Amino acid sequence: MQKGGVMILTNIDSIPGKRILEHYGLVAGSTVRAKNAFVDLGASLKNIVGGELRSYTQLLEESRAQAVSRMIQQGEQLGANAILNVRFSTSNIAQGASELYVYGTAVKVE
Amino acid sequence: MRDLFDLIYFCAMVAIGYFVGTQVEKKHYQEIIAREADTMKLPAVTGQDYLEDNAQITEARMVYGSVVISTDYFRLIVAGLRNLLGGEVSAYETLLDRGRREAVLRMKENAIGADIILNMRIESCQISQMGTVEVFAYGTAVYYKK
Repeated sequence: MQKGGVMILTNIDSIPGKRILEHYGLVAGSTVRAKNAFVDLGASLKNIVGGELRSYTQLLEESRAQAVSRMIQQGEQLGANAILNVRFSTSNIAQGASELYVYGTAVKVE
Repeated sequence: MRDLFDLIYFCAMVAIGYFVGTQVEKKHYQEIIAREADTMKLPAVTGQDYLEDNAQITEARMVYGSVVISTDYFRLIVAGLRNLLGGEVSAYETLLDRGRREAVLRMKENAIGADIILNMRIESCQISQMGTVEVFAYGTAVYYKK
């Protein structure tokens, strides 16, 4: 999910094995995505027999990766090399569109 | 005539949903159980203080797993009827159970070689009204020096 850079992400209060030198505060990234009508058509066929909707899984994975990379970008601008306590949240904005939001605390570790 | 055709179409969808959907679910559960046995050695905990004392840590990083899973047409209708009467909707219970276990498994499979996954969180979100949910699991994988 994470591309480029050497940013360390964790969702706990520390980076095990490393000491925190400096705190930079909150960094966040978000993206709002709408469903693709063609993907939706395939999904509605799959809906008859049930099971995993791979195209959706992929779509959401890509969107979440984008939100994460935006958060990392923000952290890099602050000069951080790690982000702690990362949380994810998803909300439905409208029928067929949802927002993926990710946030955490940017820090510098040794 | 048109109504009759619609009725036949509906019944066919329900029947296909029932027979194929049950098979799909059964197969998925078999797969889940086999993969759970494979990843049993990697514990995923919801707390943060489970690191071994004086263990040397080489790496800690976030790992993720997600799945979008949908119920079949038959169970969708059953759940719809359930909605009128209220009570337990077991058709959706298995759907969410499958989704959660699948997401956790994918997370663990993204953390191969790790010794523990700390602070695991599971989140789910509705994708459509047609019984489709997304389940997302994440945590921090910790690697000890060996």
